[in-house]
Amino acid sequence: MRAFTQHQGIVAPLDLANVDTDMIIPKQFLKSIKRTGFGKNLFDELRYQDEGQPDQDCTGRPLREDFVLNLPQFANASVLLARRNFGCGSSREHAPWALDDYGFRVVIAPSFADIFFNNCFKNGLLPIQLSEEQVEQLFQEVNQASGYSLSIDLEEQVVVTPSGSRFSFDVDAFRKHCLLNGLDDIGLTLQDQDAIKSYEAERQQSAPWLFANKG
Amino acid sequence: MSAKTLYDKLWDQHLVKQRDDGSALIYIDLQLLHEVTSPQAFEGLRLANRQPWRISGNLATPDHNVPTTSKERRDGVNGIADPVSKIQVVTLDENCDEFGITEFNMMDERQGIVHVVGPEQGATLPGMTVVCGDSHTSTHGAFGALAHGIGTSEVEHVLATQCLVQKKNKNMLVRVDGELSPYVSAKDVVLAIIGEIGTAGGTGYAIEFGGTGIQSLSMEGRMTVCNMAIEAGARVGLIAVDQTTIDYVEGRPYAPKGEQWDQAVNAWQDLVSDEGAHFDNVVVLNAEDIKPQVTWGTSPEMVIAIDQAIPRSEDQTDPVLKEGYARAWKYMGLEGKSVLADITLDRVFIGSCTNSRIEDLRIAAEVVKGRKVAESLKQAIVVPGSGLVKAQAEAEGLHSIFTEAGLEWREPGCSMCLAMNADKLGNGEHCASTSNRNFEGRQGFGGRTHLVSPAMAAAAAIAGHFVDVNELVKH
Repeated sequence: MRAFTQHQGIVAPLDLANVDTDMIIPKQFLKSIKRTGFGKNLFDELRYQDEGQPDQDCTGRPLREDFVLNLPQFANASVLLARRNFGCGSSREHAPWALDDYGFRVVIAPSFADIFFNNCFKNGLLPIQLSEEQVEQLFQEVNQASGYSLSIDLEEQVVVTPSGSRFSFDVDAFRKHCLLNGLDDIGLTLQDQDAIKSYEAERQQSAPWLFANKG
Repeated sequence: MSAKTLYDKLWDQHLVKQRDDGSALIYIDLQLLHEVTSPQAFEGLRLANRQPWRISGNLATPDHNVPTTSKERRDGVNGIADPVSKIQVVTLDENCDEFGITEFNMMDERQGIVHVVGPEQGATLPGMTVVCGDSHTSTHGAFGALAHGIGTSEVEHVLATQCLVQKKNKNMLVRVDGELSPYVSAKDVVLAIIGEIGTAGGTGYAIEFGGTGIQSLSMEGRMTVCNMAIEAGARVGLIAVDQTTIDYVEGRPYAPKGEQWDQAVNAWQDLVSDEGAHFDNVVVLNAEDIKPQVTWGTSPEMVIAIDQAIPRSEDQTDPVLKEGYARAWKYMGLEGKSVLADITLDRVFIGSCTNSRIEDLRIAAEVVKGRKVAESLKQAIVVPGSGLVKAQAEAEGLHSIFTEAGLEWREPGCSMCLAMNADKLGNGEHCASTSNRNFEGRQGFGGRTHLVSPAMAAAAAIAGHFVDVNELVKH
């Protein structure tokens, strides 16, 4: 996994609550058997006027001009700002894959759905939870200044605004460690394979039906 | 020892290692696999030159992409018209072959929606941990199992280690006291719960559903409730084990037999929350207050009872809610409408991992029996949850009742719940659907979904618009 330490980038304000994973990447694009190439279909139904198809060349498709990512000032945004309960719905990891493939490195919202939040960390994408008031302040600032960007420091767990305001955020120690170092957590878990084996041996004694031959 | 919740017990029983940083390694007894969220996980295994940790801890079946017309199904994967869908299903077959994982493929009568198949086979057992790359894995919590959806990276992690790195959730109890009214089902109960606590109400929690209104439900009903825990934001939904659970599991192909059965049943008696166990949050609903529910908007929390007026944006005080309601009104085309009966329906869908089990089909058949689908409807389809549910329904003659009433009888799969196959809504069409999500575009580009119970969907199919099923069956 790609490591995440610090990032500075243009902020795109997506002023919506309950952004669900169907919205982030509609179902027809889930038919891919790859992890990459979802960026052009990120927010497909919000971004384009027509219905997108898998493997389609999106360059000539009619855009919804007023959608935030279609506005020229946000063309190179890498920090997404949204409202509460971001990423609710399906467990599809295609949602963080699409955000990442498009070029986002950070999503900031007052709250996130659990599965999406977890999936982000597996892909070098940092979800940051700030308070409703802080998010509201960021929305106001980004709407007032063009080229508005934020600096994010994972080690320090802080978001810094252009005027120097500092918002600290929480992150689990394990997730932070993996993200900072770009660690593959399967490799980490396999370091505990003796513990897994002894758990299995014990469990096989206490609950043998869980290990019986099936069918 | 202090009193524990059911969730605490399941967590403790599966704890392989508590790490110093607060994370924990949790053992996974069963992983269910389907074609959409597994190909990248198998690819990851191959790239890292890893083998599955425990092959028998996995069970696979294709469900999301499979066509549901008998014509397309006759030739198995070769009958899938959409080449992209076909590749995904073929990839699952190939991956299961390569790694030796049991798969019920498209030609197997046991094929179906993973969350129907697992319990039906007795592969899902009380006290297990169950995961799947699908958020509706919470369904299996109906068996007193710790079950939740995961992303594809975690699917790979479970394949490679049979474990997950987890952080413990908080405990929430949702209690439904009293007795449910006629034609008020598990679906109405869970929609009412979501209406009460909201789609983020359960975020960070494992929700245990209890009380007489839950205990009186069949296993099918309990699965419907737990299935939609994720729609309330909770990855985990749970119901304590009782005799109903044990009776359902007994004799199923993958369930323990003989001496091991007795041993298992004995162990399962403890799969209840202890008296006095601490819950971080408790929500209580009165079963008698719950009426048939219908969603009007684009989030499962935008739900009302059949006799309520559709809530308006201008009556909301919270600015985020105001904006959300306005957007939903526009998307759903509600201008000029005030009650649910004002909405003209285009299609009806009875199926999905929420409501495609035999009991769901029985109640829908009971409502449409001897009646005809409204002529204004473009389509009404019934999609059983598995090949075995289909066979059971046909043995009971339910398929004839449906087709005589004018509903289509289909082959098993996820179908119109998420429209990855050919079953989908047209732009602007309204659908009464027994599925679980009414998000924008969920059932098709521009499609407008209204979530309801099987009985309410059946009643809507007959009337052509929403109606209280109790009123319909009177005539």
